[in-house]
Amino acid sequence: MSALLRIERLCKSYAGPTGTVSAVNEVSLTISAGEFVAVQGPSGCGKTTLLLAAGALLQPTGGRVVVNGQDPYVLSPGARAQFRAVNVGFVFQQFHLVPYLDVLDNILAPTLALDTNGGARNRAFALAERFGLKHRLRHVPAALSTGERQRVALARALLNQSKLLLADEPTGNLDEHNGQLVLRCLAEFAQSGGAVLLVTHEPRAGEHASRIVQMQGGRLR
Amino acid sequence: MKLHRLVLREILHRRLSFALGVASASVAVACLVAALAVLQKHDARTEQIVAAKEVETQQQMAKLEDDYRKLMLKMGFNVLILPKDQNLSDLYADDFASKYMPEEYATRLARSRVVTINHILPSLQQKVKWPEHERTVLLMGVRGEVYLQSAQQKPLLEPVAPGTMILGHELARNLGLDAGSKTKLLGREFTIAKVNTERGNKDDITVWINLAEAQELLGKPGLINGILALDCTCDALDRLGRIRPEIARILPDTQVIEYASQALTRAEARQRAATEAQASIQREKENRGKLRGEREALASVLVPVVMAGSAIWIGLLALANVRDRRGEIGILRALGLRSRQILLIFLGKAILIGLGGAGLGYIAGRAIGVLWREAPGAAPLHIAFVDPRLLLLVLVAAPLLAALASWLPAISAAQQDPAVVLREE
Repeated sequence: MSALLRIERLCKSYAGPTGTVSAVNEVSLTISAGEFVAVQGPSGCGKTTLLLAAGALLQPTGGRVVVNGQDPYVLSPGARAQFRAVNVGFVFQQFHLVPYLDVLDNILAPTLALDTNGGARNRAFALAERFGLKHRLRHVPAALSTGERQRVALARALLNQSKLLLADEPTGNLDEHNGQLVLRCLAEFAQSGGAVLLVTHEPRAGEHASRIVQMQGGRLR
Repeated sequence: MKLHRLVLREILHRRLSFALGVASASVAVACLVAALAVLQKHDARTEQIVAAKEVETQQQMAKLEDDYRKLMLKMGFNVLILPKDQNLSDLYADDFASKYMPEEYATRLARSRVVTINHILPSLQQKVKWPEHERTVLLMGVRGEVYLQSAQQKPLLEPVAPGTMILGHELARNLGLDAGSKTKLLGREFTIAKVNTERGNKDDITVWINLAEAQELLGKPGLINGILALDCTCDALDRLGRIRPEIARILPDTQVIEYASQALTRAEARQRAATEAQASIQREKENRGKLRGEREALASVLVPVVMAGSAIWIGLLALANVRDRRGEIGILRALGLRSRQILLIFLGKAILIGLGGAGLGYIAGRAIGVLWREAPGAAPLHIAFVDPRLLLLVLVAAPLLAALASWLPAISAAQQDPAVVLREE
């Protein structure tokens, strides 16, 4: 299996009021196609920093990130944004839906970043159907339940058919049923040849993940 | 999905914020358009006033001329007293009398208290060569008025002081002489006391000097060749027939002819009225120009202040919009939108605010301008509601200004770090 995400000795530190804070320290992790890796650890251990760095959103202070064979941090900011649009899908705990766009437009939002969106509309309808949102296409996020909102976010992450899916506590605000639904969906994505990096302190994640790694104090154990 | 759809959806979502932006831009545009419309109306009104004044002046001139004609008929007339042996053909041919009479005749006439005569002006007039300037002029020696009753009588003509001269308009212009300058006449130096305004007759080539000096220069001591008796009053229709025997009784070796000055007087009066009318129109233009200047000055302060206020307000609305949409910017960046696209989202909204403001502001401002009257009860003045050039100007300028006002907030949005936003949210 080819590595879709390779993290090598990743370091990320911030300047804090009492000096430099090391959020991620010498972390190495490789996720291949078909793998669903869950990173678990307590709050503040550096999980989200690891995920943002892996998603070409946060420039590391040391080490290297390679996504689908390309180090995004050697690219210009514009090219990196384009790279992100093509190669990475995100799901967040707070959903981060655009409040004034309806379900269909929220699912289609990633196409804003692409010059062409070949078949995106059809894929959006298919995803809406898959996640049970077909009857909600013209509703704005405020009119949806939390489970529905997360499903919209998931559909949005899958629209551009990227191979890497990064999920930050996607079940944190969901009930048991919806949480299971999201985890199952992530697992299905991995089984279909994608790679998933899930950061969570959700114990149920273990039921769906192919590998679980623990993180503490900015390091993987 | 395209960016414009996102922009339009956001506007529909935050209608109040958009409406406030449009209202602000509208006020600025309306202020500019109304100010320009008022100035346009002012100019049209000025043209109207000046045109009306010119028509009124022409009517007044016609009436004035008629009034003068009637006045001259009802009031006095002027006669010229000449030596009895003066050939009138020579007089009309040469413009001056060739025969002379004693200057004392004027005094005698005055003392006789002829009731039909109000002013007596003796003169010595002769066409002479002005050797210093090599041209022929009409030299007239005058001593002013010989008073009929007392020195308190209001004089019709001021005397010419010795050593001074008054020049006709054409003469002064040709010789390049002005009041105050000195010149020589027949070897004697004179100071030019005055240059007469153009009269369009022989007066324009006449030199007036003191009578005694004229008598000396012309070698005619104690002699004159004409007495103008002016403002003669006579009730009879045959005025000349009435006055002639009266003067013949006092000055038997003279003859009396009517002096053709009524037309001249009328022409002068008409000229004065025309000059005054022109001056009045000029004064009106100056007053209107001054008023326009004041209005322009007010607009040049008010419009920029309102525009600056509007720009600040739009900038603040854009800033609030950026803060409200922080999370949205973060996720859009995470989804792969570039900084330039984020910038376009905010500038696109500003441009729509400017376009909306331009349209509404133009309508409001033009309506104010169309309905505006200079004074309560003033006649309405029509200006076209649609001025294509002005409309085009505001449709370009307002979006541009709104985009400039939103520039800094839009830049700050484009520069937001999505990682920071997503971690904090």
